[in-house]
Amino acid sequence: MIVENLALPTNANQDASDALLQPRGAEILIEALCFEGVDTIFGYPGGAVLHIYDELWRARDRVTHYLVRHEQGAVHMAEGYAKATGKVGCVLVTSGPGATNAVTGIANAYMDSTPIVVITGQVPKHLIGTDAFQEVDTVGITRPCVKHNYLVRDVRDLAAVVREAFHLARTGRPGPVVIDIPKDVTAERTSYSRLDHVSFPFVTRKKKPPQSVVVEAVQKILQSRRPVLYVGGGIATSGADHSLRRFAETFQLPTAPTLMGLGGFESGHQLSLGMLGMHGTFAANNAVAESDLLIAIGVRFDDRVTGKLATFAPHASIIHVDIDPANIGKNVAPTLSIAGDAQEVLKQFLNYSEQLSPNVLEQSVKDREPWWEKIREWQRLQPLRFSGSQQQIKPQAVIRELHNLTKGEAIITTDVGQHQMWVAQFYPFMRTRQLITSGGLGTMGFGLPAAVGAQLACRDRLVVAVVGDGGFQMTNQELATAVQYNLPVKIIIMNNGYLGMVRQWQEMFYDRTYSEVDMSFAPDFVKLAEAYGAKGLRATKPEELHDVLAEAIDYPGVAVIDVVVAKEENVFPIVPAGANANAMIVQED
Amino acid sequence: MRHTLSIIVADQPGELSRIVGLFSARGFNIETISVGETLDSSWSRVTIVTSGDDKAIQQIVKQCERLARVREVQDVTTRPHIEREMALITVSACAGTARQEVLSLVSVFRAKVVDISHTQLIVEASGSKEKVDTFIELLRPVGITDITRTGHIAINRLSAGVNEPVLEDEAELVSQI
Repeated sequence: MIVENLALPTNANQDASDALLQPRGAEILIEALCFEGVDTIFGYPGGAVLHIYDELWRARDRVTHYLVRHEQGAVHMAEGYAKATGKVGCVLVTSGPGATNAVTGIANAYMDSTPIVVITGQVPKHLIGTDAFQEVDTVGITRPCVKHNYLVRDVRDLAAVVREAFHLARTGRPGPVVIDIPKDVTAERTSYSRLDHVSFPFVTRKKKPPQSVVVEAVQKILQSRRPVLYVGGGIATSGADHSLRRFAETFQLPTAPTLMGLGGFESGHQLSLGMLGMHGTFAANNAVAESDLLIAIGVRFDDRVTGKLATFAPHASIIHVDIDPANIGKNVAPTLSIAGDAQEVLKQFLNYSEQLSPNVLEQSVKDREPWWEKIREWQRLQPLRFSGSQQQIKPQAVIRELHNLTKGEAIITTDVGQHQMWVAQFYPFMRTRQLITSGGLGTMGFGLPAAVGAQLACRDRLVVAVVGDGGFQMTNQELATAVQYNLPVKIIIMNNGYLGMVRQWQEMFYDRTYSEVDMSFAPDFVKLAEAYGAKGLRATKPEELHDVLAEAIDYPGVAVIDVVVAKEENVFPIVPAGANANAMIVQED
Repeated sequence: MRHTLSIIVADQPGELSRIVGLFSARGFNIETISVGETLDSSWSRVTIVTSGDDKAIQQIVKQCERLARVREVQDVTTRPHIEREMALITVSACAGTARQEVLSLVSVFRAKVVDISHTQLIVEASGSKEKVDTFIELLRPVGITDITRTGHIAINRLSAGVNEPVLEDEAELVSQI
């Protein structure tokens, strides 16, 4: 190079000025994000991401940045955005505490297979490993709860890394991907070509199940006398809800969704048994316990569904369909397994079933009539119910009223706990992506920011966060974000002055020793809402409930409704942890 | 049962800790681990000896396959294979019967003396885990002061035909002793 420069000084000057025209890492990052279709970023600035924020300001016509009040809120918003749309949510935070604050959200996205890309700043390369200011090993900390993560050491890798990160986040079983970028990398310049030429060597394998397996599965279904269709979050992820409905209807299969599967199969459909699992319906859990064939699609046999594994569905053969091969055989050994996309596999089932003679199908459906009679009996015997009250507002009544007022069409987000289970039980979800909840990780404080993200993605829909008084106080600072950007979410606080689910367990399993669950010291939530510039409302008596909820829903801005509910209401049915359907405790009349 | 897994992973910073972290996070155990370049230097082979029933091993394989930079995971144990491990052993043995005993064991096990002083020797042994274990056991009464073992490496056998006699000098050797 030196020799060339000496020989051609003019060209050397040309090279130097070309180099100055080359884009910086920060600019390449923004271009790469735009190429992936990102127009929305949730974030919080800091020292290590200053170059990126500088570039983001220049790109503000193309990418809108939403300034959150805490990095956990940013990730939950991205999750809400992703869950509501199926698109990849994008987060930008700084190094050190910015990254560690984001970890809860990243872990939540990992457990619930939510596609997000989290960009974290890092200290400059020469300071890495020196315990520098705001330095943490982000890649190390997030490694167990991401699909993949990167530390970008060379600006020339940046475009390719972003491309692959989005690919990994959205394909297969979706999940979070973290890109950690040292500050100096965002300042360095490099030549940069169009991104669609970037190739990456790791091709995702997408195998179609062999026809023989499809035939075997359908034959098993035809022969089954007591089948149950057990469906989860995979239905929404793969967009398989229509195929699922056709499949269930073709074979007249009793269908029990998981918490994450709610909406994947229409609640109230005559084939729906309601949710199964720890707080599932009497009919769903008994059907699983007595079934001879469990057709499990897009599920992972989570402990909240199975209870004690050794005696879960003891009489059933199991057909397990899941896109993640590692989910198959992890908790339960299936009789027949298909590692594949729910939609693809269901289509194959349906194609094959169309070749069957109508008589065969009819006979099989007819053979299952006694099974349906049994199920109808369970449904009649122990429907989901609660005892009403004239004196106090029952939390279940809040959900019923919310359902009525929203005509069942709102997007609902929740935290974790009693209120979440009441939403699952008493708000019949009709479509996928309508319930956005923290399932796997069980994160308090998820509901409010997730609602903000969902509202942003679905401007013309009503988005309601149903939260507890405990969880609300974990992320209520995001009210500021909602008000600032005029995202008119409604937040219903089911205020019982307790950490309700923990209290319920203490009542039922710890001799009513209410150890550290009293949350009755709390701010005045109405005044708190007003302090943030939101509308604050309160309902304390059953007769106020309808009007207060209606007023909040009609209000054009952010509204917080403090609903003071019965203090010691319990969620029923409940299958105690580590037990099975036969230990199910139901609502007393 | 013990299984030897051969994991082909991109030779990039942090990839080994991804694999090791996965084992600890999911409660799998690592008996030995060794890492080295493959024919293509951009890929490493991680050889891990672990134990568990078939279900556990299957789950380990699948979990490793989920890692974005893992190209291939093979349970070497399921097919004919050759396993080797190397040990460097420091033995206290002054000139005389002790040293003679060490040297005769070295010869029987086809080990090597790689360093020597007035009072000690360092010997190098390689072979199957069983062979190295036996060698160490026999040296122990003489007086071992230090041991470094590499952990297993493994490779699949060539399949020249079912009746092809295989050269298994270690098998012969152990049966001799």
